[in-house]
Amino acid sequence: MTSASRTGGAAAGQGSARDEVLARIRAARPTEPVRVPRDYHTAPATGTPDAGQADRDRVELLIDRLVDYRATVRRCTPDGVTEALAELLGEVPTVVVPAGVPEGWLSAYPGGIRRDGDPDPLTVADLDAPGLAVLTGCAVAIAETGTLILDGGPDQGRRLLSLVPDHHLCVVRTDQVVGGLPEALARLADPTRPLTLVSGPSATSDIELDRVEGVHGPRRLEVLIVDG
Amino acid sequence: MTGGTGNIVAPLPFPTAARRELADGQLRANLRRATHTIRDKRLRVVGEVPDWEALRRSGAAIKDDVLARMPELLEQFEAAAIAAGATVHWARDSTEACAVVTGLVQQTGSTEVVKVKSMATQEIGLNEALAEAGIAAVETDLAELIVQLADDTPSHILVPAIHYNRRQIRDIFASRMPGVDVASLTDEPAALAEAARRHLRAKFLSARVAISGANFAIAETGTLAVVESEGNGRMCLTLPETLISVVGVEKLLPTFRDLEVFLQLLPRSSTGERMNPYTSLWTGVTPGDGPQTLHIVLVDNGRTETLADPVGRQALRCIRCSACLNVCPVYERVGGHAYGSVYPGPIGAILSPQMTGPDAGANRTLPYASTLCGACFDACPVRIDIPQVLVHLRQRGVDARRGRPSAERTAMQAMSWVMRDRRRYAAALRAARRGSAPLRWVTGRRGQVRRLPWPLSAWTASRDAPLPAAETFRDWWAGRDRSTHGGGRS
Ligand code: SF4
Repeated sequence: MTSASRTGGAAAGQGSARDEVLARIRAARPTEPVRVPRDYHTAPATGTPDAGQADRDRVELLIDRLVDYRATVRRCTPDGVTEALAELLGEVPTVVVPAGVPEGWLSAYPGGIRRDGDPDPLTVADLDAPGLAVLTGCAVAIAETGTLILDGGPDQGRRLLSLVPDHHLCVVRTDQVVGGLPEALARLADPTRPLTLVSGPSATSDIELDRVEGVHGPRRLEVLIVDG
Repeated sequence: MTGGTGNIVAPLPFPTAARRELADGQLRANLRRATHTIRDKRLRVVGEVPDWEALRRSGAAIKDDVLARMPELLEQFEAAAIAAGATVHWARDSTEACAVVTGLVQQTGSTEVVKVKSMATQEIGLNEALAEAGIAAVETDLAELIVQLADDTPSHILVPAIHYNRRQIRDIFASRMPGVDVASLTDEPAALAEAARRHLRAKFLSARVAISGANFAIAETGTLAVVESEGNGRMCLTLPETLISVVGVEKLLPTFRDLEVFLQLLPRSSTGERMNPYTSLWTGVTPGDGPQTLHIVLVDNGRTETLADPVGRQALRCIRCSACLNVCPVYERVGGHAYGSVYPGPIGAILSPQMTGPDAGANRTLPYASTLCGACFDACPVRIDIPQVLVHLRQRGVDARRGRPSAERTAMQAMSWVMRDRRRYAAALRAARRGSAPLRWVTGRRGQVRRLPWPLSAWTASRDAPLPAAETFRDWWAGRDRSTHGGGRS
């Protein structure tokens, strides 16, 4: 750690801002240690006779929440993914995919496919082209809040892929669906990857609290839930 | 001097500023509608969470733990962030923070930056400082953009343009937004949002430097988090080459796991949503994905001053959700501007005077901007006992001024002179009753008086009072006493 990476701002000669702020805090802070209670809900009952039903309920809840955010939702079996995607992408002329999206998913889709690859990554201008859709997977989905978590995994790619195009189609496997936030965060492989939590399409309520969808992020969020 | 500086100083005493704002009927109507809408939504989604109280208690305890272990946690955060490729800077106050950020922007050679809505940068007056250095800061949150184009200041933490209606916003865009098609611009929110989208898209796609705040900073991993709705945050945090994040030292959470509490508490308390549309979390830089240069500026600016007060330090738990604003009867009537500071409402009334010290501007008057009704405490997701701190700060203010004349002290002296003596008090009440009899006739039974006759006027100088009862309790008691002795209760 060099001192250059800890600049103290303008007041050279008066000791570093870092040392002074830390010293002030040491002098001011309370000394009582704090015990943090964790008696909030963290995980559902698993392994119970009702677990199967609980899984079904969880997926239903996720769908309910997503629809509530005005995302569109469709369900299919593992065998039906290719067909469902071809239908969902119907009129879309070009779809962008991260490197790790399985080849087979788009084998029935007639439009153009642009893969974001390592030798020549797509530019922002590429992604800003009109009529483009992006297809990704996700890391985890949270039923209670209707949230999809993207962690930059191979089927999700860089953050700008799901940001710049106006239409985001996300594939969620039912085994990726958890009940609440605590379970979802605990499932993430590595919290230091760039994480994006998406709950419905981009929206603003800044004008008289009227909700308007699609300000800067994608205006359309479609979710394909695959039983798995 | 370790007090905070910047846009946290009230220029006018609260009663004066409040009276000015009260004259604006449009403002009051907009505010009332907005605060009631958000608070109803909040109640609905909080009601869905069976473990809400447990989450609140954990949230408060996690933040108290941060306050108790702040030096260690800051060092841990700094080391983790540096290891992940960030550069960490420290700033004692707003001047120093602005100087650090301005210098960093200058190093990039850029003269325009895009900004994610951030209380910390408003607090330190960053836009003004950048402008002085010839750097244009573009606010990208829709409400912040409205306020910026109007050359105004925000009036609410969450919805800074809450004081404008659609007609007013349309007119601001029509006259101030470059390149807008005035003829076809309607006052439909969708049309206005579309105009903002087009205006900002070009900025996002060309910006080389972005400035953000952070809702949370995770000590364990060096991670920063921004919670938002529109995607303007994601644009700023993803597309530019350089990202500068300005973070108050109290924004820490010890572990990544703690987010499981705060990502539940914040959206529901703030916008009344189960989850806000977008949350971004980033740790240092990631090759090939997002900004390749990350600067984090850790800012004190009066937070340690606040930390030193055993009662008042709980204000540092605040996660800026704005729930306390939306339930506050005083805020609802006067709006955010009356508080002078960028922190309005109940939290502002306790935070600003603590951060700056009470002698800055008119900050001493802020702890009186309350009816002590307690609604803010019930709404607060981290259980800040705002009424308790308000009373504590009032007491501290009075104690500090003992022996010195001040309007407040004179008023309190008059009140205590009246209240110390039974006959004087009874006479004052009789005078008040006489004075208010015609008023009662006009206002009906639920009337409030803005000004009681002297000496009780000391009380109404800064608050409305209920009309005095037609008969004093004392008179009623005396009468009841007689009748009880005369005939007994049957
Ligand atoms: S004091 Fe509590 S309710 Fe008010 S903004 Fe801060 S966290 Fe929210």
